[in-house]
Amino acid sequence: MISRHGVRTWWLVALLLLVTLAAQAVEPSERLADPALEARARAISGELRCLVCQNESIDESGADLAHDIRIFVRERLTAGDTNAQAIQAVVNRYGQFVLLKPPVEPATYVLWYGPPLLLVVGLAGTLVWLKRRRPAAGESEPLSAEESRRLDGLMRGNDA
Amino acid sequence: MKRLFYLLPLVLFMALAGYFLVALRPDHDIHELPSAMIAKPAPAFDLAGLESKQPLDLAALKGHPFVINFFASWCVPCRIEHPLLMRLAEQNHLPLYGIAYKDKPADSTRLLATFGDPYRQVGIDEDGRVGLNFGVYGVPETYVVDSTGVIRRRFVGPLTAETVDKDLLPLLKQLGRS
Repeated sequence: MISRHGVRTWWLVALLLLVTLAAQAVEPSERLADPALEARARAISGELRCLVCQNESIDESGADLAHDIRIFVRERLTAGDTNAQAIQAVVNRYGQFVLLKPPVEPATYVLWYGPPLLLVVGLAGTLVWLKRRRPAAGESEPLSAEESRRLDGLMRGNDA
Repeated sequence: MKRLFYLLPLVLFMALAGYFLVALRPDHDIHELPSAMIAKPAPAFDLAGLESKQPLDLAALKGHPFVINFFASWCVPCRIEHPLLMRLAEQNHLPLYGIAYKDKPADSTRLLATFGDPYRQVGIDEDGRVGLNFGVYGVPETYVVDSTGVIRRRFVGPLTAETVDKDLLPLLKQLGRS
């Protein structure tokens, strides 16, 4: 018979199996001794694209170039760069494509504002369309006195 | 007016199709990235020369337009362009300098001893830092630098006879004149 303690252990094991760890490629030899600097380096690495794999950040990528850029970022931080300066140093070399999240600027307005704009245009179009078809779809109102007189006249005219 | 409105989806489709036609044309590699270094001064370097020959120093190269080729012994596409580089070296058309990118010097030496050495000089960039400063993201990459040391053009991947004839040599000629 499994003890109460044993049951709890099995639950823990099952829970641990459900928890998956995010992939990391940072090698122990790359890590900085200062935990604050290392944390900043990790945050920056998560925002930079690996140019070899192109859809992974350099924090996740095992590519050689990603390793070099991780080291480069850490060197810049150790030398006293701010996060923005370190990122800019990489952008200067590899272009804005290295940024996984492109900056908001005139060249990327279409990228950033295009989808919400399309949504608004679509919603507006749908509203207008719904509004226009409502009178036709709804129950027809009874004819006014003027309309019945005109209709009578037309019917009589047809009969003649 | 209302009729024209119904043409809108067609117009949008044509615009999209036109864009894809340009962006996905067969001779265009969508993985090839534009260089951020074009029209910027080449990053300074002073690399130890291969086989303890004289060092490869950017400052010493200025004064004439020249070509820098990043290569490595472990790089398969480099073997593809190597015979072309050898031919160009024999014709002496190209002021070609090599940088051995992330390669052990002994391996680079063996490569050039086996297949021939097309370079006027070769610098050793074993940790790839000069490559990183140039924005190299794979080998081979070839850079055309003008006489003032400004990068004018980058070729990603192996050079072909066609790109050399139509692009690289005319550009060098033009840079040499001005």
